[in-house]
Amino acid sequence: MSLLSVENISVRYGQLTALRRASIKVSEGETLFVTGPNGAGKSTLLKAIAGVVTPREGFIRFAGQQIAGKAPEDIARLGFSMVPEGREVFGGLTIEENLRLGTGMRADKDQAARDLEQVYAVFPMLKDRKDQQAGVLSGGQQQMLVIGRALMAAPKLIAIDEPSLGLAPKVIDDVYATLIRLRDSRGLTLLIVEQSATRASLTGGRMVLMRSGEVALEGDARELSKGDALRQAYFGYGDH
Amino acid sequence: MTALLQILFDALSLGSLYALGALGIALIFGVMRLVNFAHGDYISFCVFAMLWPSIDAAAIVFAGKLPTYLLVPLILLIGAGLSVLSEIVVFRRFRNANPATMMIASFALGFVIKYFLLMLYSSRPKSIDLWSNLSQQVEIMGARIPPLQVITIVVTIAILLALTAFLKRTRFGLEMRAAAENFTMARMLGVRANMVIMMAFAVSGMLAAAIGLILVTQTGTVDINMGANLMLVAFVATVIGGLGSLPGAVIAGYLIGAATVLMQVVLPPDARPFRDAFVYGAVIVMLIWRPNGLFSSKATKQRV
Ligand SMILES: Nc1ncnc2c1ncn2[C@@H]1O[C@H](COP(=O)(O)OP(=O)(O)OP(=O)(O)O)[C@@H](O)[C@H]1O
Ligand SMILES: [Mg+2]
Repeated sequence: MSLLSVENISVRYGQLTALRRASIKVSEGETLFVTGPNGAGKSTLLKAIAGVVTPREGFIRFAGQQIAGKAPEDIARLGFSMVPEGREVFGGLTIEENLRLGTGMRADKDQAARDLEQVYAVFPMLKDRKDQQAGVLSGGQQQMLVIGRALMAAPKLIAIDEPSLGLAPKVIDDVYATLIRLRDSRGLTLLIVEQSATRASLTGGRMVLMRSGEVALEGDARELSKGDALRQAYFGYGDH
Repeated sequence: MTALLQILFDALSLGSLYALGALGIALIFGVMRLVNFAHGDYISFCVFAMLWPSIDAAAIVFAGKLPTYLLVPLILLIGAGLSVLSEIVVFRRFRNANPATMMIASFALGFVIKYFLLMLYSSRPKSIDLWSNLSQQVEIMGARIPPLQVITIVVTIAILLALTAFLKRTRFGLEMRAAAENFTMARMLGVRANMVIMMAFAVSGMLAAAIGLILVTQTGTVDINMGANLMLVAFVATVIGGLGSLPGAVIAGYLIGAATVLMQVVLPPDARPFRDAFVYGAVIVMLIWRPNGLFSSKATKQRV
């Protein structure tokens, strides 16, 4: 059974329909990329799972529970860890405070303290600057911080919305190298929104392509980015 | 020198009240984007809670007779309770409403509390003698200072330090600061919205209670409008400080206190009755100079 299964959810903002009966599934240990043009509804899909927007119809099941319509904090407490678009660090809090916020839902304080050390081991730069305000970090460093923050919750699944947004190519390489390393060493389950199909195919995993609020195409990331089907679906050729 | 000392103590003790009031408002604004105009009526409520309900002019002291070590926690508890109750019964329903709607709701709640008190106690100010020996003046370096002023200042500083420790050192404090900066993100990290908001209301209510205790000791009277008058100044202080900024609220509270006392001293006697016009004139100039307040807050993100 899938860890996360989204079935036919629709989301509207006023008149605008951002998601149209969209469905995805993520099994434990796998990486799913969600790609698609601007405005396709990728971020809305993640927000709906996280409980920030409420779908008008459809089901969302995570870790064996029905979560559509639940509060974001309750969904987070089930082990869904979200890194939203634009990263959303708490600029006025210190780096360590940002990380510690991730552990609120956990009863095992000792384990949380060990995890903090592990996150610092993965990102030594964060440890060096742990008492500085997070707002002073560069974009790439902030991306590392929010990935670390997501790890602190010891989540069952980490969803990341456009980790490469606004970063230099070299920094994007670093971010993905870290993600791949974490995935391979810890068996993380990842749900990543990524505009670049190439990046998805380099990282490996499954991929869905969204367009106009619908899931238009689904398959292995490497296979899909090889063929023409992706480009066609992306731009909407042969649709009629 | 002695005159200066006296002015300093006057300014600090008046500023303390404004700072505590502004802090109570800023705390709630931080997590809720709500300017709670009922805050002043929490102050009155806490003070009236010391009296037995009666519409006579003479106050019948009730809880006010308790020994200090019981009275203070009791009044703080009443403030916290009333504040949390108003969150659960009223403000929770308006969480996603626009700020103007929430503000009107808080006005309405303020009136409800005020008229509730009016019904039980009538509108006549009553005198009450609480720790009156604290108002007798003592000489410090030639200046005549009531111990109450010193106590007010010391207690306020203690409250500020305790609150800072709470915000910086505890899990709840961390969650409150995070929620004030970006509520949605905090919730996505598992921070419980209801808990954080109720905690902010509890702390804010306790601040109102503390103000009530200080005010009633200073003035010796219990008056239905005592909270609302202070609330107005405190609200101005939160705006000057930069809505949502806690240090800003405190500093602006002290600034207004100092400005008020200074105007009283430097204005020619004929102009003194119009002191507040000068104080608020200065406020206008200040806001023209810095429209977002002295310390514009980092909390620019809208709530959920
Ligand atoms: N809060 C909102 N209010 C109104 N409309 C919104 C809101 N958020 C998104 N939309 C609209 O919903 C549609 C889907 O937006 P969404 O952000 O999910 O797309 P996206 O695939 O993440 O795009 P991008 O690649 O640009 O991040 C867009 O047309 C967008 O304009
Ligand atoms: Mg997006």
